[in-house]
Amino acid sequence: MNERANRRLLVRLALVAAAMFGFGYALVPLYYTVCDALGLRDLGRPDTIVSTQVDATRTVRVQFDTNVRSMGWQFTALEHTAEVHPGAVVQAVFRVVNATGHAVTGQAIPSYAPRLAGGYFRKVECFCFQRQTLGPGETRLMPVVFVIDPALPRDVATITLSYTFFEVEGAGNGQTGA
Amino acid sequence: MSSITQPIGGHGDAAGGHEHHPSGIMRWITTTNHKDIGTMYLWFSFTMFLVGGVFALTIRSELFEPGMQILRPERFNQLITLHGLIMIFGALMPGAVGFANWMIPMQIGAPDMAFARMNNLSFWLLPPAAIMLLLGLFVPGGAPETGWTLYPPLSIQQGMGMDLTIFAIHIMGASSIMGSINIITTILNLRAPGMTMMKMPLFCWSWLITAYLLIAVMPVLAGAVTMLLTDRHFGTSFFDAAGGGDPVLFQHVFWFFGHPEVYIIILPAFGLISEVIPTFSRKPLFGYASMVYALCAIAILSFLVWAHHMFTVGLPAAGILFYMYATMLIAIPTGVKVFNWLATMWKGSITLEAPMLFALGFLFLFTTGGFTGLILAIQPVDVQFQDTYYVVAHFHYVMVAGTLFAFFAATYYWLPKWTGHMYNETLAKWHFWGSFIFFNVAFFPMHFLGLAGMPRRIPDYAQQFTNWNQVSTVGAFGFGLSQLILLYVVVMCIRGGKPAPAKPWEGATSLEWTLPSPAPYHSFPTPPVVQ
Repeated sequence: MNERANRRLLVRLALVAAAMFGFGYALVPLYYTVCDALGLRDLGRPDTIVSTQVDATRTVRVQFDTNVRSMGWQFTALEHTAEVHPGAVVQAVFRVVNATGHAVTGQAIPSYAPRLAGGYFRKVECFCFQRQTLGPGETRLMPVVFVIDPALPRDVATITLSYTFFEVEGAGNGQTGA
Repeated sequence: MSSITQPIGGHGDAAGGHEHHPSGIMRWITTTNHKDIGTMYLWFSFTMFLVGGVFALTIRSELFEPGMQILRPERFNQLITLHGLIMIFGALMPGAVGFANWMIPMQIGAPDMAFARMNNLSFWLLPPAAIMLLLGLFVPGGAPETGWTLYPPLSIQQGMGMDLTIFAIHIMGASSIMGSINIITTILNLRAPGMTMMKMPLFCWSWLITAYLLIAVMPVLAGAVTMLLTDRHFGTSFFDAAGGGDPVLFQHVFWFFGHPEVYIIILPAFGLISEVIPTFSRKPLFGYASMVYALCAIAILSFLVWAHHMFTVGLPAAGILFYMYATMLIAIPTGVKVFNWLATMWKGSITLEAPMLFALGFLFLFTTGGFTGLILAIQPVDVQFQDTYYVVAHFHYVMVAGTLFAFFAATYYWLPKWTGHMYNETLAKWHFWGSFIFFNVAFFPMHFLGLAGMPRRIPDYAQQFTNWNQVSTVGAFGFGLSQLILLYVVVMCIRGGKPAPAKPWEGATSLEWTLPSPAPYHSFPTPPVVQ
């Protein structure tokens, strides 16, 4: 029997297995690269405004919902609802208070109800486009400037925009752990 | 009566004087013999099959009526998870490795596997892994309630049963990778003179391709569960949305493993069926070369279709179309195989012994499962059917009636070679008809339930689903009890019976039938020459 040939094949196949373990991890950056290239996860980028033709014939009620996920911030909208004509540029202001005794970095993630409304909700400016770092006890007012695309189906009369702040751990704010 | 633990020396076989091995339990712990290790793999597989089967019957008992009867919802979900993991990693995969260990060296004229000690290690990793998996039921929080796919965020929130499961998957993965390296090396380097690649029995070909798939994707699963582990305990955020991770990423990594895994489970079954059908049709396999190419095509395509498991996560339309068409493309090489098996039987002189009955059952029911797979591949349809009992019906048709029936066929086919005795043909046929009928009673109604919208992995259901669920539960118990016939037939065959000739099936042609029955402890110490 050819012991050396067997051993050589063993080493090669073991190397393939090790490389595939690495490939599993390589799928992580690959996933984000592909998503960016296809524009699938462009949460942190301003939307382009397709039409600013104000449709004054109807009004859409926009509700603002605010949440924080296990972090010591208080997060509220100054106005909880807004009556908006599609096509009009609207600003909503949110207030966030860091109630902890140390600096914390957070990232807000938006979501929409009904889900299909997300495609018509065009944000020109948003605090959710970047991480927010608040010092101990700091209060900050943060705007969102948006336009509702007039192409929004007519049967959608109410849109809920919900923001959840997540803590970004290890973001250089001097705090570690959960 | 001789038993399998003391094989009789082959008549006039050169290996007759080499049968020294420790006796008792140490024989099995220290063995490096491919036949001993194959036997242990098959018994382990059967044991896990019974354990997973008991879980399945518990699940079916709970589903006999709407409302909660015998289980708490958490326990129900844990049994769903363990049933899936145990059947896949405990029963089907080790079962296929068991057949490979027993038959590949004998079919290619090799004296043993290439790395005999590593072979011992890859088996003995399995029992501890299975124990760790089952231990999850007894720790605080219980076993994972995620289903076998272990999706985050739920898998990040589970108790320590999840950690046990992750380590069990690591160990079983290591075992599979070592087994695969062994099989590839054996097939590529240890073939007898004259046994060219394109003369190899198709079972060896199917395992060669399967072993490559395993080496390519088991490490990816190991990576995915390692990421889960570090997300749970070491502060990483691969999948934890709270830290900027993405749960959908896990689904991509998991199904990059998970879809080739489906073919890892079915390809060895294709190989086994390709041995049985020509033998009992008394004709050579139709289109041998096209069978080999079809195996390769299926293996390559299996890497390109994983996202059809994720049709509802919000893929872009172009992605949906790509995965949809690529998935349907797999029907072509699979169709080549099905039609080649049919053409092999065409005008053959067919006899219906138990192996052939199971092969025909496989052919009919696996093809049914393949068709429902094609239906699920259509994304607009899948949006409606995903996570319903239609999917459960589909994959049980390909895994149980596909792989498991092929294992039954192969068990009866080679039992005379393994034990030196003929099995009880009448009881074996009872086993077939019990399995075939009750399988359909258990799983065909699940198509109706899924079409009507019954979701899977839920312990309770709306009242209108009651009737078909009761039919299904009755079928499941019938199927489970039918497997006790198999156990009885195998045990009786080991203990005695009509002595088997070297070649009990007149249509058989491969190399293992040139050895006496039972196969001597050491076969082909000097390689045979293949014409």
